[in-house]
Amino acid sequence: MKIVIINYGAGNIQSIKFAIKRLGYEAVLTDNEEEIRNADKVIFPGVGEASSAMEKLKHTGLDKVIPTLKQPVLGICLGMQLMCKYCEEGNTNGLNIFDVDVIKFDGSEKVPQIGWNQIENLKSDLFKGIKEKEYMYLVHSFYVTLNEETIATTNYGIKYASALKEKNFYGVQFHPEKSSKAGAQILQNFLEL
Amino acid sequence: MLTKRIVPCLDIKDGRTVKGVNFVDLRDAGDPVELAEIYANEGADELVFLDITATEQKRRTLAELVMHVAEKVNIPFTVGGGISSVEDVDLLLNSGADKVSINSSAVKNPQLINDLAAKFGSQCVVVAIDAKQIDGEWMVHLVGGKVPTDIKLFEWAKEVEERGAGEILFTSMNHDGTKNGFANKALAHLSDLVNIPIIASGGAGNMQHFADTFIDGKADAALAASVFHFKEIEIVDLKKELKKKNIPVRL
Repeated sequence: MKIVIINYGAGNIQSIKFAIKRLGYEAVLTDNEEEIRNADKVIFPGVGEASSAMEKLKHTGLDKVIPTLKQPVLGICLGMQLMCKYCEEGNTNGLNIFDVDVIKFDGSEKVPQIGWNQIENLKSDLFKGIKEKEYMYLVHSFYVTLNEETIATTNYGIKYASALKEKNFYGVQFHPEKSSKAGAQILQNFLEL
Repeated sequence: MLTKRIVPCLDIKDGRTVKGVNFVDLRDAGDPVELAEIYANEGADELVFLDITATEQKRRTLAELVMHVAEKVNIPFTVGGGISSVEDVDLLLNSGADKVSINSSAVKNPQLINDLAAKFGSQCVVVAIDAKQIDGEWMVHLVGGKVPTDIKLFEWAKEVEERGAGEILFTSMNHDGTKNGFANKALAHLSDLVNIPIIASGGAGNMQHFADTFIDGKADAALAASVFHFKEIEIVDLKKELKKKNIPVRL
């Protein structure tokens, strides 16, 4: 199986690479279009600020590549947010794969949300073997509002979408690579899709 | 529901874990990578690695250790100690650290907080503050608590939030090493003052101290070292005890 992690200079890529290695696979870091298109699974990571990350994608032309991919693609954290229609952070349009906006927590709870919170209303093979209300590690100040593509929800002052799916595209707000055994199971599920 | 975090801290010197009383008289408590794996398996929510010799000796990074930890450990971890530039942070994050903690360097150059938040995002910027209560006033201290400043804790906390810190790790020098409980009054005030998570540090001696700091101290996370390193408290027992008291924890 050929696994690529999209390398565009925004993210804790090392952790994802190691998490995949712990599952017995090797992932390749790349920004090469052909290599990405030929992969069996594509992971789209992201940590940092949305508009500058989006600029980096545009700079490399990856903003045109990612939405046209046919194999399973998993966006993690900011990666998932960039796959949405619009991000309030830096007032930027996203890749418009998911038909939903990303907005800032209103501050009724501490921002950023940092720590372990529960995922529920699980609806996808991505969560095979994962129990309702399992804990995942999250770090974010902006969130995806609920929509029809929502496959998991989390509560933090409000209920929001902590995972999305549209065709071959998956997005998770939490960090499976940092979410202990349950997180590893979700990564394994993705690799076995 | 977001849970309260239990955070073992591994103080590092020469690649080994140490923990002193009031930051002096260091004792050796083992191999950091091995310890990190054990804690992750026992249910720690997060780990902090602090190179306590770094600030004094100007040693820059723990990149190699970070890489070894990231390879083995499947929970988030923060690295601190002697971090003073965007380049330092870039190297540590690229080696697999999730967050960095800055302390003296932020006091000397507060703009560093803005720069790190802009480049890497607030979520990975922890500002560690060591403070001591002197004549009723909490004052910031530097270099592992050895050097006093004229900066007031609460003013500094507000400023670091405004500059883009994602979290504050507050260590009370009055409580650190005493095992008499956390500085809950100061912690609760901090938690009301800023709207970013607060990690309580200094004073953990028994399980009740953790419950107290989450309830009375309004802390979002609690950090401790020796009670975990020397097996005085098992993390899983601690979490069960907290759950009994209706404190949300990941079990």
